[in-house]
Amino acid sequence: MQLNVRLNTVFIQASDRFNINSQLEHLQAKYVGTGHADLNRFEWAVNIQRDSYASYVGHYPILSYFAIAENESIGRERYNFMQKMLLPCGLPPEREDD
Amino acid sequence: METIDADIAKIQEERRKKEEIASLTTVTYDSDLYGIGNRFEGYERSIPVNEDEEDQDVGEREVARKLASYTAPKSVMKDLPRGMGGDDDDLGFKKPQKIIDREDDYRRRRLNQIISPERHDAFTDKTPDPSARTYADVMKEAALKRQKEELLREIGKKKKEEEEKKASEKDSGSVPVQPSQKRRNRWDQSQEQDASSKKAKTTTGSDWDLPDSTPGIGRWDATPTPGRVADATPSLSRRNRWDETPTPGRLADSDATPAAGGATPGATPAGMTWDATPKLAGLATPTPKRQRSRWDETPATMGSATPLPGATPASAFTPGVTPVGGVDLATPTPGAINLRGAITPEQYNLLRWERDIEERNRPLTDDELDAMFPQEGYKILDPPASYVPIRTPARKLLATPTPLGTPLYSIPEENRGQQFDVPKEAPGGLPFMKPEDYQYFGALLNEEDEEELSPEEQKERKIMKLLLKVKNGTPPQRKTALRQLTDKAREFGAGPLFNRILPLLMQPTLEDQERHLLVKVIDRVLYKLDELVRPFVHKILVVIEPLLIDEDYYARVEGREIISNLSKAAGLATMIAAMRPDIDNIDEYVRNTTARAFSVVASALGIPALLPFLKAVCQSKKSWQARHTGIKIVQQIAILMGCAVLPHLRSLVEIIEHGLSDENQKVRTITALSLAALAEAAARMVLKASTRGKVLAAFLKSIGFIIPLMDAIYASYYTKEVMFILIREFQSPDEEMKKIVLKVVKQCVSTEGVEADYIRSDILPEFFRNFWVRRMALDRRNYRQLVDTTVEIANKVGVADIVGRIVEDLKDESEPYRRMVMETIEKVVANLGASDIDARLEELLIDGILYAFQEQTSDDANVMLNGFGAVVNALGQRVKPYLPQICGTIKWRLNNKSAKVRQQAADLISRIAVVMKQCQEEQLMGHLGVVLYEYLGEEYPEVLGSILGALKAIVNVIGMTKMTPPIKDLLPRLTPILKNRHEKVQENCIDLVGRIADRGAEFVPAREWMRICFELLEMLKAHKKGIRRATVNTFGYIAKAIGPQDVLATLLNNLKVQERQNRVCTTVAIAIVAETCSPFTVLPALMNEYRVPELNVQNGVLKSLSFLFEYIGEMGKDYIYAVTPLLEDALMDRDLVHRQTAASAVKHMALGVAGLGCEDALVHLLNYVWPNIFETSPHVINAVMEAIEGMRVALGAAAILNYCLQGLFHPARKVREVYWKIYNSLYIGAQDALVAAYPILDDEGNNVYSRPELMMFV
Repeated sequence: MQLNVRLNTVFIQASDRFNINSQLEHLQAKYVGTGHADLNRFEWAVNIQRDSYASYVGHYPILSYFAIAENESIGRERYNFMQKMLLPCGLPPEREDD
Repeated sequence: METIDADIAKIQEERRKKEEIASLTTVTYDSDLYGIGNRFEGYERSIPVNEDEEDQDVGEREVARKLASYTAPKSVMKDLPRGMGGDDDDLGFKKPQKIIDREDDYRRRRLNQIISPERHDAFTDKTPDPSARTYADVMKEAALKRQKEELLREIGKKKKEEEEKKASEKDSGSVPVQPSQKRRNRWDQSQEQDASSKKAKTTTGSDWDLPDSTPGIGRWDATPTPGRVADATPSLSRRNRWDETPTPGRLADSDATPAAGGATPGATPAGMTWDATPKLAGLATPTPKRQRSRWDETPATMGSATPLPGATPASAFTPGVTPVGGVDLATPTPGAINLRGAITPEQYNLLRWERDIEERNRPLTDDELDAMFPQEGYKILDPPASYVPIRTPARKLLATPTPLGTPLYSIPEENRGQQFDVPKEAPGGLPFMKPEDYQYFGALLNEEDEEELSPEEQKERKIMKLLLKVKNGTPPQRKTALRQLTDKAREFGAGPLFNRILPLLMQPTLEDQERHLLVKVIDRVLYKLDELVRPFVHKILVVIEPLLIDEDYYARVEGREIISNLSKAAGLATMIAAMRPDIDNIDEYVRNTTARAFSVVASALGIPALLPFLKAVCQSKKSWQARHTGIKIVQQIAILMGCAVLPHLRSLVEIIEHGLSDENQKVRTITALSLAALAEAAARMVLKASTRGKVLAAFLKSIGFIIPLMDAIYASYYTKEVMFILIREFQSPDEEMKKIVLKVVKQCVSTEGVEADYIRSDILPEFFRNFWVRRMALDRRNYRQLVDTTVEIANKVGVADIVGRIVEDLKDESEPYRRMVMETIEKVVANLGASDIDARLEELLIDGILYAFQEQTSDDANVMLNGFGAVVNALGQRVKPYLPQICGTIKWRLNNKSAKVRQQAADLISRIAVVMKQCQEEQLMGHLGVVLYEYLGEEYPEVLGSILGALKAIVNVIGMTKMTPPIKDLLPRLTPILKNRHEKVQENCIDLVGRIADRGAEFVPAREWMRICFELLEMLKAHKKGIRRATVNTFGYIAKAIGPQDVLATLLNNLKVQERQNRVCTTVAIAIVAETCSPFTVLPALMNEYRVPELNVQNGVLKSLSFLFEYIGEMGKDYIYAVTPLLEDALMDRDLVHRQTAASAVKHMALGVAGLGCEDALVHLLNYVWPNIFETSPHVINAVMEAIEGMRVALGAAAILNYCLQGLFHPARKVREVYWKIYNSLYIGAQDALVAAYPILDDEGNNVYSRPELMMFV
């Protein structure tokens, strides 16, 4: 893992000194949903799920659409989505390698 | 008295001579740094017998002298040793320099301060350890010190009186008097030493026995500081400059001289490194001991070495002291000599010099020897087994002169790990050490086994390593070292840390950057240590306070920050306890810095917390210094905190108001200044300005600040009150007073309640009589102040009054004075217009201006030009009657012999062209145009530029059609001028040509324009961006006028040239032509040009396309299909630059046509762009990524995501890296849009990956 990170930085330094990706760490801190070469399926899925819920909550028409479909109040629906953002995909699976 | 002076002079002269012979220093000190003159110049050579309190210190006087030319009164300057106005001429980057080099004497006094031993922390529960210094101890010391100072002064006074009496009694007999000692400088020890040794020669008894001698300051010097072992000297512990310091930061110490020791052996201070020597000296005759022989200056590493038994270099080398005394040789002399001492700059230079010599005298290597000797006839012998090479000259020097094989002498044990002044690679990746660092970090070079060291030593070592890395290391080293220091601060403990850091900051050779870093270390460490810092508060303050008066703004800010953090960490009580003794310190420097530090404490902990203390201090009965400092603290608080003092204003004013009637004049002055600083609310300050001089100046100044803050009624009342004094002071010969008076007048006049009539009747006559004189124009600051004040008065009383009074002076015979008048008139007229000026005045004014304009001879013509322009523009149509006269002058002067005059005349035309138009003098302008046209053959480029500028101004106002000479004649005349390489000519010429091409292209035949096009290509090489831009734009105008074909052909041809800048500008020009003449006129020819099999041309075409699509934006949708095949080809080319440029063309294209239905073509192009994502060249990959970003905008995030998905989990890491990079920028650009496009993931075991919400349907 340590090695990977180092490789990562070396690679980044070599090619994109000029664009926004030049500071990957900074980027990760600022945009939680960004990924990297060692992201696994679970982590990516968590990001996708959280982004999706954030999007549902952020667009009122979609939220109201879901509310009608589920026969819930809009507020309840928003609350549910927010709660689901906590552990959207359940607990992380056991790592096989390490 | 005279004889005494002569004596002193003689002795000093002798001493100087001796010194020259005595040491190498005369040869080696850097004459750049220290000047060629006597390096003690500017220092007091002797202590005045009678030290009067009013008599300021040398440093102070020095500062005051230097600052005398600034605008504020000296008394203020004394408080603010910085220049007040932004008068710094040498702004900009400075190369790193030593702090000490730019410091004045006053600031250098920081080096006289000593880092006091730590004090007892009153907040710990345990009773103070008897050796620790408590607050009571410190206060007692301070009191004793003061007493002693006074006693000394008394003695001195009495002595002087006696002498005077004696001298008056018998004039003939000269009384030999001891040369009075030098005072207060650490660099002059050798002198002091010499002086005292001389004394030792001449006298047999101790100097105490001499009835009339000055109580030898040398003796006082030996007084130990409280932290040290006491000795025979009366334990008056003084922590001042005379002291021996316990700090390693001082040269040890001539003061404890063997001379004195020889006479009174009991009195030698014990426990010093020196005590070994005096013992020897005690045996020997008390001969002068040369202090600064060069052995003393061997590098500091020696100091940390273990005492070399037997090797007594000091005694061995002291002339006169017999070295044979084998008995004593076992005495552990500190081989150190004084090596823990600070390196003075001279010493430091010696070191450099020594290193240089050593480098040249280093032992020859085998290779070198081989090269020198013939191959045959020589045999290489093995060295004898007992031979040990001596590698370091420093030791060689020490070793050789040992008393020639004395029986008891043994060769000192060598520490092999030790490396002396050879700048070797520091072990363990430590950064390079400068010679002056050795004394602090030398121990690090001892490669002793760390395991053998005690834990304490290991800790010290660790700290030293980290500090060295912070000080000299590379940025990454520095960063980690700083972090480690911070993290482990508590583990290291406050003591070891500060004992290492603070001496470094006192190092005289410190540079700004180093100080910044060290201060940063303190800051970080403070934060961590928190209350542990308490015993060290005073130590830290001694080092940090000087930052508060540093001339560097950032140093002051840093200093404030540290002190503020310190006070937060240590708490108010500790801070007060630490600084209280310094408040009535006898040294003005200490008081000054302490006051500033207190103000920072106040801002950190809040003013209310400090109020009771301040009140007590300001009412101190014991000493005026305490009151002075207290009031000064208030002033500093006001300056530092600005309007934040408002809530506490009343209490602050109450605290200091009694200072106005203090018995001490200094206290009264500082009170007035403080009140000035507190001026916001001190509206009812009574006008007690009864005394004259400095105090009055301060009072006036404070009033100046107060009056603008008063209500209108009060303001006018007080103004009238003050005015009597002000008017009286108008005639003061004192320059300072003049400046202050001018400033106060300005402030008073601008106040609301002050009536114009009052000013007119009471102030103006005297004001003009006293200030509007030639002398005022000679000094730049007076000049400025007078102009400003007069403008301010004019704002109140109107233009006519002021201009009327000075207009006659436009014909004065002194040019600087005329210039001052002109500038004032310009400002007044520009502010207030010319409507007040009546016909008569107008006539006078124009007449005067013309006179002043014609008579000017100096280089700076701008004042006159601006003045002329401002007046003419303000008068507007009223100038009409005078225009013929003005134009006559101009014409006359255009023909002048002097280039300067011609230039001014041409410049004047461009200033007044607009007004001439207003006056409907088109005919006159046409005439001027013809005249200017005739002068286009001008050979001075500056003048030619101005003439072109004047022509441009005329063309601009009268238009192309009415222009005389007609454009068709004018332009051909300009074509050859375009070849001129002078920047001013080029700029004005291209502006004029561009203007004609834009507005009047039809007046000129196409052939002429083509000729100009060729000339313009050359202009693309210009250095100035403005010229290149004007040129490129002109291409656009010309193309519009004569059609793009010919221009384009010219430009396309130009793509073949070698010069890159030229090609780039050409591509821009092509793009501009395309934009002005529609792309379809340009694209065919451009694409055709791509067929030329030449890299530069093809790249130029691609670049033009890129610019073109950037400029035409949406228009691009009609052309995208046409250029797609070309771009396809370029994106598949082997050449990287082809692909790069094509990618940026695609980007601009995509961004331009987003949402216009060109997706099919764009997807097609994306397919060609995509394979380039694995490029590594930075420019190429950048262009490709940007093209993809463009595509995201045009095609939508979902489409790009689909391209991405194939590689996000690719087995090869390199592939994944790139794809994730694209994904990330996609995600950042369009996070929300991706939600709908993410792939469907199936659930796995307990993990839910699916997004059922998206399946919902109503």
